[in-house]
Amino acid sequence: MEFTLNEEQQMLKGIARDFLENRCPKAHVRDMLTDEKGYSPELWQDMAELGWQGLMLPEEYGGTGGDFVDMVVLIEEMGRALLPGPFIPTVVYGGVAILQAGTSEKKNELLPRIAQGELSLTLALQESSERFDAEGVAAEAVEKEDHYILSGTKILVPYAHVADYILCVCRSRSSSDAEDGISLFLVDAEGEGISCITRTTFDGRKLCDVKLGEVKVSKANLLGEPHGCWPLVKRLVDHGSVAMCAEAIGGAQMAMEMSISYAKERIQFGRPIGTNQAIKHKCANMFVDVECGRSIMYWAAWAVDEGVPEASLAVPMAKSWCCDTYRRVAADSIQVHGGIGFTWDHDIPLYFKRAKTLEYTFGDCDYQREIVVRELERQLASG
Amino acid sequence: MDFRYSPEDEAFRKEVRDWIKENLPESWATEQEALGISEDSFQMALEWQKRLYKRGWVGLTWPKEYGGGGGTLMQQVILSEEMAKARAPGIANTLGVGMAGPTILSFGTEEQKKQFIPKILSGEEIWCQGFSEPDAGSDLANLKARAIRDGDYYVVNGQKVWSTFAQYGDRCLLLVRTDPDVLPKHRGITYLLMDMKTPGIEVKPLKQMTGDSEFNEMFLDNVRVPVSNRLGEENRGWYVAMGTLAFERAGMGQAIMFKQVLNEIFRLAAKTKRNGIPAIKDSTIRQRLAQCAIECEIMRLNSYRSLSTSLKGGGPGPEEMFSKLFWSEMNQRMTELAAQILGIDSVIEGEGEAQLWQYRFLRSRGNTLEQGSSEILRNVIGERVLGIPR
Ligand SMILES: Cc1cc2nc3c(=O)[nH]c(=O)nc-3n(C[C@H](O)[C@H](O)[C@H](O)COP(=O)(O)OP(=O)(O)OC[C@H]3O[C@@H](n4cnc5c(N)ncnc54)[C@H](O)[C@@H]3O)c2cc1C
Repeated sequence: MEFTLNEEQQMLKGIARDFLENRCPKAHVRDMLTDEKGYSPELWQDMAELGWQGLMLPEEYGGTGGDFVDMVVLIEEMGRALLPGPFIPTVVYGGVAILQAGTSEKKNELLPRIAQGELSLTLALQESSERFDAEGVAAEAVEKEDHYILSGTKILVPYAHVADYILCVCRSRSSSDAEDGISLFLVDAEGEGISCITRTTFDGRKLCDVKLGEVKVSKANLLGEPHGCWPLVKRLVDHGSVAMCAEAIGGAQMAMEMSISYAKERIQFGRPIGTNQAIKHKCANMFVDVECGRSIMYWAAWAVDEGVPEASLAVPMAKSWCCDTYRRVAADSIQVHGGIGFTWDHDIPLYFKRAKTLEYTFGDCDYQREIVVRELERQLASG
Repeated sequence: MDFRYSPEDEAFRKEVRDWIKENLPESWATEQEALGISEDSFQMALEWQKRLYKRGWVGLTWPKEYGGGGGTLMQQVILSEEMAKARAPGIANTLGVGMAGPTILSFGTEEQKKQFIPKILSGEEIWCQGFSEPDAGSDLANLKARAIRDGDYYVVNGQKVWSTFAQYGDRCLLLVRTDPDVLPKHRGITYLLMDMKTPGIEVKPLKQMTGDSEFNEMFLDNVRVPVSNRLGEENRGWYVAMGTLAFERAGMGQAIMFKQVLNEIFRLAAKTKRNGIPAIKDSTIRQRLAQCAIECEIMRLNSYRSLSTSLKGGGPGPEEMFSKLFWSEMNQRMTELAAQILGIDSVIEGEGEAQLWQYRFLRSRGNTLEQGSSEILRNVIGERVLGIPR
């Protein structure tokens, strides 16, 4: 039993905080709101130099051999700084998929380039049905000799507009079981037949609609077993969801700290506003919610990393709690700050908007709670 | 980070399970709660405590020289987890083991430890707590029960209220005022260990909203307490009392207990119909079930976090500061949900499962008052943890 950050993790946290305070101040976050790419390639390179893109990759591929819990420690700090960009899509979806399911050629070819900050990847899962389960996958992959032909439309693909490769989840075989017949393809984003429409969220993140118009993909670019990739996709979604939790907790922590400081400094009626329990108790609630979020988020990270059965409950539980917490803490932070907290130039609204955007990724809190009940029903039925 | 138990932990778990199988009569698992607050349920708890004591499992981590088990914190956690899973009855001397013992071990003299600790563990002496008074609830430092020194004795006069299990108590953790003039008021309080058989003590049960009488009024009329039964120094009782409150922590056993209750609520939702369909098919109920399940899991994880910090020799982590605040409000949501699922049956008097939920539903309202109200706990977090001024 060991439920505390180890020395290296604490060090990583400290380095990440210093670096991001310096390199990703709110002025940068604001610049990126209107930037076409939505992130800074120079900052991306410097992060690679610190070893962040390779944090979870084995040393043979130029990584530092850390685990997913280390990654979550880092992402918490990115959430605190509101770092924009394709880090999670590249490292958590792309990196984990190739590491877990890539052929040795693909690993040798791509992983070192991810670690060096040369590549940007993303995952194309959702479609117009807006579902997150296998039934939502309608995009087709038709086998033709040494390749597949992909067609369909994927929506809300993060940072596809700057991606080098898009991991496309497609139906390669029809079956009565929706989870059967799913394949995962590593698609060159520059390839023929791909078109991309970019949309910007109110917190400056890029989500793209990716049209696959008879895109030819070599069989060498299959990740994992053809037709049998749903468990892998599920693992990627689990990793991604926990990464969102870490962003949420990091962001909520910062919004809370700002509120606490303001509660101590702001004087009304001749005393700090925090002396009023209506304000003090809001801060206390933030603290409880954030610390609880940290407990459940790290448990989920560990469970996903180890691939233990608890993950099927831990992930939706963590996602629901952490995203609820972020939204609530950010909303209460606006209230604690008064009018200034409602202005465009104040930082708190950036957190509020990020909280809402994060909630929708991989399913909102109501959806996560429904998954929790289904899973518990299943567990109770099987004793 | 690792959430697994070691092979030694698992071996100890098996030892506990096997022992429970042999020593816990099957019917006891649920009977005690059904008995409510009564002499019968108290006797069952006492018998159970005696069996556990013989095995060295009351006060498992307490020093052997005072009758404790000399075990590790990890073993204590496993023990309470297994007890909760087996739905074993509680022990009789809750306050003795939960509060009196740890306080005496921290602040008592060698003689006091030798005199009191073994009988706390064996259940020979049941303890109660006389802190609150009519004018001293949240504002505990306002207490007035007056103790005047008379040779080797303190002579105590005053009134206590809400004293849980004072009707069964052999001894009482008593806070008294020894200096009526000092400011701040908490500097004039002394901590006494009072024998409940001393002449001058009158205990009057108070009927709670559940219909039971857990707590009592206690009138003290020239009660003579030997100075040797003072815990800590005169006028320094406040600091001892704050230590006592710090021991009132929720543990892993409690987290497992809540998970059991949650499973019961799931089963209840599956078999109870609402508007013609099983409650578990109702999307609002499903959302609430999930929320309770998430909170139960968080409570367990928070306990793990505290445990992990303690094992590393650290002080209480942030999660320990709000454990009671968290579970008390969670328990209210859980029992409200169960009542909602049952519907009108949850408010009709009678016997059976619905009445058990009715009891739990009513009893949960006390959780956010006893041992520091939620408001006071939020003040404490705001002021002492977050540093916001009073
Ligand atoms: C089931 C049960 C068992 C108990 N067992 C024992 C026992 O064994 N021994 C014992 O000594 N006591 C016991 N108590 C007493 C318990 O500790 C007190 O009820 C508690 O401290 C509150 O005090 P009070 O009842 O006087 O309420 P008050 O202090 O009058 O509080 C009334 C309301 O005002 C709020 N309030 C008070 N001060 C503040 C403030 N500064 N800021 C914000 N809100 C405030 C409170 O939160 C509460 O909501 C028990 C209580 C219950 C319900």
